[in-house]
Amino acid sequence: MSPSVPTRRKRNAWTPARIGIYAFLLSASVFFLLPLYVMLVTSFKTMDEIRESSIFAIPLAPTLEPWFIAWSSACTGLDCNGLRVGFWNSVQIVIPSLVLSIMLGAINGYALAFWRSRYANILFGILMIGVFVPYQVIMYPLVRILSSAGLFGSLPAIVMIHSIFGMPVMTLLFRNYYGSIPEELFKAARIDGGGFWRIFFELMLPMSTPILIVATILQVTGIWNDYLLGLVFGAGNFSPMTVQLNNIVNSSFGEKAYNVNMAATILTSSVPLFIYLVSGRWFVRGIASGAVKG
Amino acid sequence: MANVSIQNLDIKLGGNAIISQLSLDVLDGEFLVLLGPSGCGKSTLLHTIAGLIDVTDGRIDIGSHDVTWADPKDRGIGMVFQSYALYPTMTVERNMSFGPRLAGVPKGEIDRRVARAAAMLHLTDLLQRKPAQLSGGQRQRVAIGRALVRDAAVFLFDEPLSNLDAKLRSELRRELKELHAKLGSTMIYVTHDQVEAMTLASRIAVMRGGKIQQIDAPATVYDQPANMYVASFLGSPSMNFCEGSLTVEGNQVQFEASVMSVDVSTYPFAHPPVSGQRVVLGIRPEDIAVQLPSAAAHSRSPVLVTTVRLVEPMGPNQVLWLKLQDWDLGVTASSTLHAATGTIVLIQMNTARLSLFDAKSEVRL
Repeated sequence: MSPSVPTRRKRNAWTPARIGIYAFLLSASVFFLLPLYVMLVTSFKTMDEIRESSIFAIPLAPTLEPWFIAWSSACTGLDCNGLRVGFWNSVQIVIPSLVLSIMLGAINGYALAFWRSRYANILFGILMIGVFVPYQVIMYPLVRILSSAGLFGSLPAIVMIHSIFGMPVMTLLFRNYYGSIPEELFKAARIDGGGFWRIFFELMLPMSTPILIVATILQVTGIWNDYLLGLVFGAGNFSPMTVQLNNIVNSSFGEKAYNVNMAATILTSSVPLFIYLVSGRWFVRGIASGAVKG
Repeated sequence: MANVSIQNLDIKLGGNAIISQLSLDVLDGEFLVLLGPSGCGKSTLLHTIAGLIDVTDGRIDIGSHDVTWADPKDRGIGMVFQSYALYPTMTVERNMSFGPRLAGVPKGEIDRRVARAAAMLHLTDLLQRKPAQLSGGQRQRVAIGRALVRDAAVFLFDEPLSNLDAKLRSELRRELKELHAKLGSTMIYVTHDQVEAMTLASRIAVMRGGKIQQIDAPATVYDQPANMYVASFLGSPSMNFCEGSLTVEGNQVQFEASVMSVDVSTYPFAHPPVSGQRVVLGIRPEDIAVQLPSAAAHSRSPVLVTTVRLVEPMGPNQVLWLKLQDWDLGVTASSTLHAATGTIVLIQMNTARLSLFDAKSEVRL
């Protein structure tokens, strides 16, 4: 007779392979979470406690003092108004840059995917070179151009810089997304009488939710975390939070206030962190959503 | 309502000539089917009529207006696509009203048209649904409704039934035919399905390599194919071909091949036959009668003795694949005929229904 068919192993059985996977995942999460833990506990300690205890110790007398100092009275150079100035600067920079760069990318991507002109591929190729151009190369010419136009150090200037630098990646993202939409949909809209803008605003944009979320995450984190562009083009009035954080942490007067520095760092990174936590699910879904089925 | 007239059309895509020097007249109220295998240029032609592909040369008129360079929306056309192409973020109602809304048609008029189309296509209860909540057949109905609401003079269908399962396909096919009878609009329909072509068309244009091979009523295309390509493309199983030559003696014309000799004196030759001419005889599977040797055969046309090679039961009938020396041929027979592989059967051709083609040019004689 035929030998008994080997039964499939139960899914949740503890096999060596499974134990290995969990061991790896555990060590990886410890590796990434430990610094965050140290930052968190340190930010709630007083300086005395920091000096006396181990960096891994739980704060014995937790205090919110470092957080208040970081937010409203830490000194950046001569001003002692804390990070909040930088926070509002960053908000003012991020929101218009976000809207502008996403709109530019979406319109570019839409035009390249559906309204193919003869030179569309060449244009796209040129735009893609933009992805690979390092900032540093064009920094000085840009400063000269902006200052001769009298825009240097103004909010529109830094918003413009972010929008332009974000355009290649945004265009690539949206072009690929729109490329996965069946062309017949566009053709049907053409026959229904849609022009360039009507089709974009009434048909394509409402279908773009997943990729809009991806683009928002990329741009918010990218622009919020930017340091170099903010340092150079926001000089003076519009230094973003990252630049202020650096000024606080690297100020060379007196004793280093580790607790304030930790609190300031967490405050600065809380915005991208929050975005990821809230929209991580959407991010994966947006990246994964290939074809849009009617 | 309008006729469509295409003159000397050239279409090049990416430097390749897809269609060259094509002329076609579609009559007012006609249901024209463009039939051909994939890649024959039939969809390209349809999309060009719709204005979605630019012509390289030539001229297109719809309802005696030159629309060669007109925008798709200004051509008075409605189009239905294979993938339905419904707008996924809009309800059925908004899908159907999209065109008239963009055209600035007054709201009352839009509502009236949508209600009329929805009633015609049994969509009234589905108007507030999104396309994702509809079945394939319902989606394609909405797509047809969207074309109806545009109040188009000419409807273009690009393989509209190809994504549906067999049962729905035949249902919707019947509905389309009824719709055409009701509206009387000009319709141009692209398909690679010969059944759709035969059942729906007023005329069929069989295409191959960007050229129209034959354009005629379905029965004519089927019974008197213009060449061997058309003959083999229509019909399932396809026409049987046998190569041989003609011998002409006075009024007597005889087809001679190694497997058989057939009197074709009554064949309506387009040109006088020449003795010794190499020809191909074509005969459809249903024009060959099959009998078991036990049944007596009395007929003037020659009876041939063959062996059954394979039997394909179809339900209402069966297809027998026979072997006659080195000639393989298929015939359809009644399901009641008891034939199995290896059975000897007698066949008899209905010589009034055969076709003759020139062996070299493959054109009908």
